[in-house]
Amino acid sequence: MKSLLAPGHRGCAGCCDAMAAKFTLMGAGEDCIVINPTGCLEVMTTPFPETAWDVPWIHSLFENASAVGSGVEAALKALGKKGNTKVVVMGGDGATLDIGMRSISGAFERGHDFTYVCIDNEAYMNTGVQRSGATPFNASTTTSPAGKVSYGNQRPKKDMPAIMVAHGSPYVATTSLAYPKDMIAKVKKATEIEGPTYIHCHAPCTTGWGFDTSKTVEVARMAVHTGLWPLYEVENGEVTKVRKLGKSIKPVEEYLKMQRRFSHLFKMEGGAGEIAKIQAIADKNIEVYGL
Amino acid sequence: MAPENKLDKKKMVVVEGSYAVAHAAKVCRPNVISAYPITPQTHIVEDLSQFMADGEIPNCEYINVESEFSALSALVGASAAGARCYSATTSQGLELMHEVLFNVSGMRLPVVMTIVNRAVSAPISIWNDHQDAISQRDTGWLQLYAENTQEISDMTAQAYKISEDKDILMPSMVCMDGFILSHVYEPVVLLEQDLTDEFLPKYEPEYVLDPKRPLSFGAFADPNYYTEFRYLQEQAMQRALKKIEDVANEFYDVYGRYYGGLIDEYRTDDAEIIIMAMGSIIGTIKDVIDKLRDRNVKVGLLKVRSFRPFPAAAIKNALKDAKVVVVLDKNISLGLNEGALFTETKSSLYNTKLNMPIVGYMIGHGGRDIKVDLIEKIIDEAQEVIKTGITIESQFTDVKEELL
Repeated sequence: MKSLLAPGHRGCAGCCDAMAAKFTLMGAGEDCIVINPTGCLEVMTTPFPETAWDVPWIHSLFENASAVGSGVEAALKALGKKGNTKVVVMGGDGATLDIGMRSISGAFERGHDFTYVCIDNEAYMNTGVQRSGATPFNASTTTSPAGKVSYGNQRPKKDMPAIMVAHGSPYVATTSLAYPKDMIAKVKKATEIEGPTYIHCHAPCTTGWGFDTSKTVEVARMAVHTGLWPLYEVENGEVTKVRKLGKSIKPVEEYLKMQRRFSHLFKMEGGAGEIAKIQAIADKNIEVYGL
Repeated sequence: MAPENKLDKKKMVVVEGSYAVAHAAKVCRPNVISAYPITPQTHIVEDLSQFMADGEIPNCEYINVESEFSALSALVGASAAGARCYSATTSQGLELMHEVLFNVSGMRLPVVMTIVNRAVSAPISIWNDHQDAISQRDTGWLQLYAENTQEISDMTAQAYKISEDKDILMPSMVCMDGFILSHVYEPVVLLEQDLTDEFLPKYEPEYVLDPKRPLSFGAFADPNYYTEFRYLQEQAMQRALKKIEDVANEFYDVYGRYYGGLIDEYRTDDAEIIIMAMGSIIGTIKDVIDKLRDRNVKVGLLKVRSFRPFPAAAIKNALKDAKVVVVLDKNISLGLNEGALFTETKSSLYNTKLNMPIVGYMIGHGGRDIKVDLIEKIIDEAQEVIKTGITIESQFTDVKEELL
């Protein structure tokens, strides 16, 4: 399959964004227009006068990618050029569920025919690993650091896929970099369904999470295997498919110990109790989705 | 001086100013309209929505966005995809767009937007002044100000022609005073479809988002490149100075209507006192001038149509024989105690041989009425300045001492 994201971009070794963008383009195909809010993916792929994109691509601002996508889609329709062209937004977690929340909510409510892919690496990586609304409970970031009186980020992740389901989206799916075929298939399906569709991709960041650059896929896989990142599809509000884990379910420690951002939990007094709280989050997922 | 306006009385209809603007936007054949309602812009977007509901705007999508921020952001995508784009807003809505304004001009997208000028909060006020648009003067948008309903309607077509010119490719704000123009009913010639199709060529941008020819829009520029992008924007603004004049003349040739190019002058030939202003206050000033001319007061008017680009050369030329210049501003730069037109006019005369006194008055904030006798009083004070020099360089007018 042809890669529509050229090599030679400025991403880190083991970069999750580069993988996610490549898989997204494999699913969407070359007849697409990509909208990219501000973030690592934008910066590393388009230092003027270079570009890594072999599809039409536009970056406007941090918080408006869904609105820009709305405009692209409306223009294609008005000019009679829509045809089978897919409009695809790829944004980070901050651009999607924090600063871009108004924009994505409006675009989904209006029912534009586009696909939004959230590449969730669970913090503001481009600016130096500050917490976002997608940062998990007890992760240490530069603005939610662990310290003498803190175990790190004090709130669980915002459940963005559920919010997009609540918008009446015909197709919402979660996916992970550890499962490229699953991701490509879900993006393809999302882009072929008319209306606003949403893919939420769990994307471990070697730099921000603190693991070896060769371990991106392993960390991603462990998130799924612990139940912390369930893979599922929701069509017209109903859960239609879940990736079952069965006997391969692992305790959350297996995932946490791979990453610097959780290392304090294994050293601090009371850390075991905090890990138990994270296990409870995974257990809830296992119960709710029947993993 | 302006060529004589040939208004065809048989074509005239009495409509609300907002309707005339909505009709003009329709006649310019936009492909994407994106707007969020805000007083006093609402009637424009309501009229456009009705045109859409009645199928009167072909090849057009209307996006009912969730905020002004998204209204303009949607047009970034639409314009880059090759659509002729329109929006309208005011005041808080324009301020909310601030970040996107820079983005549109930096990406050289020729969006046209009507600004129904209104004061900014706090305190919240829905009434007219120019603080909203003036506060956006450095965002890289052309800013044109209209005197009356006929002019704002016609200026819409002029703005598209200027903005979309391949030598310009800069967005335009077409500014009309809130309520004073937007909600008044008066006789106008609605922008003619047949003449507009002749005047305004189809929008055919060279670079668009197209899967058959993949291009990247909105790359980031490091210090090796950023300066040149800014420089090229300024070059385009400088070219727009001539383009605005040319388009005003071309408009006159096709429609027979003319309002000035960058500026317009009224009874300035032998004027010792020249008043400068923008927007609907122009009509009031003309009435005062007619009255005072009957009393042999040598007073004239310099109407500024284009605030961005700033027509420094045209202003200098128009002021060269004045003994005193009076600048009226419906805005203030807090901390400088001056309105923007005053500051910039002074600035453009510095380093020249002209050294007549210039005085500034900040007037009509938050929609306060600007009455004929107030302008007469200002002109009286200007006559004193000729005799005795400047005592107060820049001041508020009509402050109610009893409320302080």
